[in-house]
Amino acid sequence: MEEKIFSDIEYNEYLNEEKLMGSKCKKCNALYTPPRPICIDCYGTDMEWVEMKGTGKLAAFTCISIGPPFMIEEGFDRKHPYCVGVVELDEGTRIDARIEGIDPSKPETIKVGMPLVVKYLHREKKGEKLTYLAFETS
Amino acid sequence: MKKRKLGRGVSVIGAGMTKFGMYKNKDSKDLFAEAFKETIASVDKGFNPNEIDALYLGNFTNDFFVHQSHWAPIISDLIGVVPKPATRTEGACASSALAFREGVFAIASGFYDIVLVGGVEEMSKSSTEEVAEGLALATVSYEGKVGFTFPGVFGVIATSYFDKYGASHRDLMNVTIKSHNNAPLNPKAQIPFTIRDMMNQKIKRAEAKGRPAPEWEDEIAFLSDPLVNPPVAWPMHLYDCCPISDGASCMILAAEDIAHNFTDKPLNVIGIGQGSGRGLHSAPSMTSFEATKNAAQEAYGMSGLTPADIQFAEVHDCFSMAEIVHTEDLGFFKEGEGYKAVGDGLTRLDGPMPINTSGGLKSKGHPVGATGTSQLVEVWKQLRNEAGKRQIKNKDLTIGAAHNLGGTGGTCTYTILERR
Repeated sequence: MEEKIFSDIEYNEYLNEEKLMGSKCKKCNALYTPPRPICIDCYGTDMEWVEMKGTGKLAAFTCISIGPPFMIEEGFDRKHPYCVGVVELDEGTRIDARIEGIDPSKPETIKVGMPLVVKYLHREKKGEKLTYLAFETS
Repeated sequence: MKKRKLGRGVSVIGAGMTKFGMYKNKDSKDLFAEAFKETIASVDKGFNPNEIDALYLGNFTNDFFVHQSHWAPIISDLIGVVPKPATRTEGACASSALAFREGVFAIASGFYDIVLVGGVEEMSKSSTEEVAEGLALATVSYEGKVGFTFPGVFGVIATSYFDKYGASHRDLMNVTIKSHNNAPLNPKAQIPFTIRDMMNQKIKRAEAKGRPAPEWEDEIAFLSDPLVNPPVAWPMHLYDCCPISDGASCMILAAEDIAHNFTDKPLNVIGIGQGSGRGLHSAPSMTSFEATKNAAQEAYGMSGLTPADIQFAEVHDCFSMAEIVHTEDLGFFKEGEGYKAVGDGLTRLDGPMPINTSGGLKSKGHPVGATGTSQLVEVWKQLRNEAGKRQIKNKDLTIGAAHNLGGTGGTCTYTILERR
């Protein structure tokens, strides 16, 4: 079997399989989510895939009222905002994700530091399977 | 700090810009022609455009908003620079600051003597949703894919900043009020009104329609009213965001040793820096732009100056939160104290460190590719004592700076100009 390169395409394929994957430098152990093909700490190029536990906490967030067309298609608008944020994983790296299990119309109730667990939002676009990374309150 | 140097000195000998606004009947060429004419007229001892050796033009969105790319030769032809070289620079909202920088390097290298730099953008003929989608092309792909918008990224920075330093949306309102206080003094501003002006307009409009007049105690109460100031990407609200704009700006650069042929008041480029950045998930801090810090280090290193030597600055306030972060990254205030500085009035026109005397992107307008050089046009006006009613009066100005940010911090520049 051909080895999976450390690309966004492979990362997204893993999301379709409900796996949150990062890459780790075999030389200096630096960890990256999403995966990087080249270690930017030691410039090593020998990387390996690592599966994340999928738990973490909310590092920062925003509740968006005016979104791009693909979010409007999902039913979000000025009256129905959605929440996106940056999640700090237990492994120490951060990742961008949609945030669920909270009320985006009451942003003052959403707190930085909230514990979160991964959730995969499966969608179809032009017959292609795609998965949005999300986290919800645990 | 590494001391970087230009191969030879570079001066600004002319500068001009259009009024920023929403122009139904003007396209990119019309706007650039207007800015160019003002720039030529600004050269004190006269200037013949046939002396221009090359053009560098910043533009970000015309490929998808106007469905025409390859703008450098179009503008070169418009202003009669053909067949000399014309190059487009693209660094999202920092596109024309990159044009300025490339122009500086072209002269500093000794290859050219006189270069025209500038930027143009035509955005208002697209809908708000189209503009949001177009601009989001310059976010980091991982952000755009989960639904982040430009305001959304700055919303994330804000929640992170609030959590870290204890600030709140109330503190951001001070930035908006301060910038809008400068806007009526700038004839080139898109929204030449103070927040109080806009409050009074709404009251008058309600009265004219026979509706009960709304009552707000002050500007803060006005900006706290969700009907007036709804969230866009919480905690970024409507009045935290710059408008959609059209406009153009440009400048003429010349080798320092010939600048006096054109003017007795040239400005010298004494510091020029640039940096690159990455997504929030990967950046070392979510309350600071590493691209800005690198740009600042380059520019301070070249000039031998410290932040305390900068007498005033234009900074990239695409969102109120951004202005606070930039004033910290550039070293004007300590990290976590920028919001207090605004609240204490330190950045007002009559304060010790005036920030965005032009009204900033928030009220002057933000035609993205034209913004970088327009900020330097403001520095030019202030340093030459030509800023009219918004002229800084509490000090003799010799050194000013401009900071320009592209995308969500992927490209940042910092330029320091001096009048000798």
